[in-house]
Amino acid sequence: MTATLAPTPTAPLAAAVSRPDERAAAVAVRGLTVAYRDTPVLWNIDLDIPAGTLTAIIGPNGAGKSTLLKALLGLVPVAAGTAEILGGSLAARRRRIGYVPQRGSVDWQFPTNALDVVTMGTYGRLGWIRRPGRAERARARQSLEQVGLADFADRQISQLSGGQQQRVFLARALAQDADLYIMDEPFAGVDAQTERAIIDLLQTLRNQGKTVVCVHHDLETAPAYFDWLVLLNVRAIAAGPFASTFTADHLRATYGGALTLLRHRVGSGALS
Amino acid sequence: MTVLHDLIFDYTLRNVALGSMLLGIISGVLGSYAMLRRQGLLGDTLAHAALPGICVAFMLTGSRATIVLLLGAGIAGWLGTMLLLHTVRETKLSEDTMLGVVLSVFFGVGVLLLTMLQHWENANQAGLDRYLFGQAAALVAADVRLFAILGAVALLVVALFAKEFKLLAFDPAFAGSLGWPVRGFDVLLTSLLIIAVVIGLQTVGVVLMAAMVIGPGAAARQWTDRLHVMLPLAGVFGGAAGVIGAVISVQAARLPTGPMIILSLTAIVVASLLLAPRHGLVPEAIRRRGHHARLVAPSLSRGDPA
Repeated sequence: MTATLAPTPTAPLAAAVSRPDERAAAVAVRGLTVAYRDTPVLWNIDLDIPAGTLTAIIGPNGAGKSTLLKALLGLVPVAAGTAEILGGSLAARRRRIGYVPQRGSVDWQFPTNALDVVTMGTYGRLGWIRRPGRAERARARQSLEQVGLADFADRQISQLSGGQQQRVFLARALAQDADLYIMDEPFAGVDAQTERAIIDLLQTLRNQGKTVVCVHHDLETAPAYFDWLVLLNVRAIAAGPFASTFTADHLRATYGGALTLLRHRVGSGALS
Repeated sequence: MTVLHDLIFDYTLRNVALGSMLLGIISGVLGSYAMLRRQGLLGDTLAHAALPGICVAFMLTGSRATIVLLLGAGIAGWLGTMLLLHTVRETKLSEDTMLGVVLSVFFGVGVLLLTMLQHWENANQAGLDRYLFGQAAALVAADVRLFAILGAVALLVVALFAKEFKLLAFDPAFAGSLGWPVRGFDVLLTSLLIIAVVIGLQTVGVVLMAAMVIGPGAAARQWTDRLHVMLPLAGVFGGAAGVIGAVISVQAARLPTGPMIILSLTAIVVASLLLAPRHGLVPEAIRRRGHHARLVAPSLSRGDPA
């Protein structure tokens, strides 16, 4: 168990990625505060996520992980602070963002098929009123192929397994042809094989120079999957290269009272 | 054949049937969106909320012209909806709570105003109480023309924004991430539903309008898994229920039109629930028996453990 938990900035990976400090920030957040009525959900967040990273946002339930993603996308009202995307304002960069919401946020009984959902990824570029045509559907088929669902294009979405539904959402984001992908729990409720396929895909994107930001829950798999880490619990506890950020002290500060559970699961020996 | 002849040449039947058909088509299409967005009861609330608007419109203008009364209905329904959407967004009250509150408060005020009008000098409630249960027989050619214009506008907007409304109904957060004005589209779609409801007030009335909003979409959903098929099919089902209900009520023994339309629609919904090939209960039961015969029964007869 400890083997998988060891920080894993493996040699080839470190070589493939240039030094983060030299790269432009894909996400630059300054003093971001979001509140639902009187309760702050995010408090005075300062954050830089370099371009070309595969970043995990980790924190306990209610830490504001999803809210942070939604604030980046302009989906929740921001009380204070700013967020820059790919070096510009959100409005100017929207077309370069791909979004994967939580799978449970939509009704999968909706009368549509997989190809149609993936085609929605082309809507942003199409503009209003114009309908998706042959080029958009071809793009959608290509995206479905990338997630291994080429044979499921005509499948009614309620007839897909949870892992397939998750991959349909990923394919929709791929059809957006973005430079920054924002994903809310892309691994939630998928089987091991699907998880492997998804992480392969995300690492391919990263290796192509795209930036991928995921809310992630599993502390055991995180070190193997990601190269940049944001620890969040209403405040930004720590952010940086995965290996140097994934420490017992930081995790203790992030999870607070839940640490006994953590120590049992992680074991301080595995962490520097 | 006489029915067909009367449909074309009988002035009353023609207007009632055409008006009911238009209502069915429009409420079927727009109600489908409401159903898919889990706002099935919104139509019911809208219809009830429209009643005080009819009364106030009459009190202010003294006019019984359809367009005046329906404008009042539309404004009141719109105010009710905005109140609903706003309170759900800004308070901790859930949507079904607020649907109930808006429905009963507006309807209560409407009934109160109706009663007050009864004591007015020009008396007899000005015939406004027909909006409670509808009175399709009172439809005239001018009403049908008005319905046709309103319906054409509503359906044109739906056709133009088909892609936008689909994404709004399926995944509003994703629509928001594209920078679309989700709240604006929400208000637009709801406003179109108000048009459908307002047309229905005169024909089936406040009380039965909810069925016209939900029924056609529920029936159509049984037959197809694609939105671009479901929407026109819901229009066809709604329109058919309108015509069938109108013909039965006018031809047979002076039955009230509104309830006959709703009963025709109910028949379509029940038939769809039972018989639709993929989702219907009867085909499913037959399939299940087939599975049983092929998979379970042989192993039982061989004495295998299940």
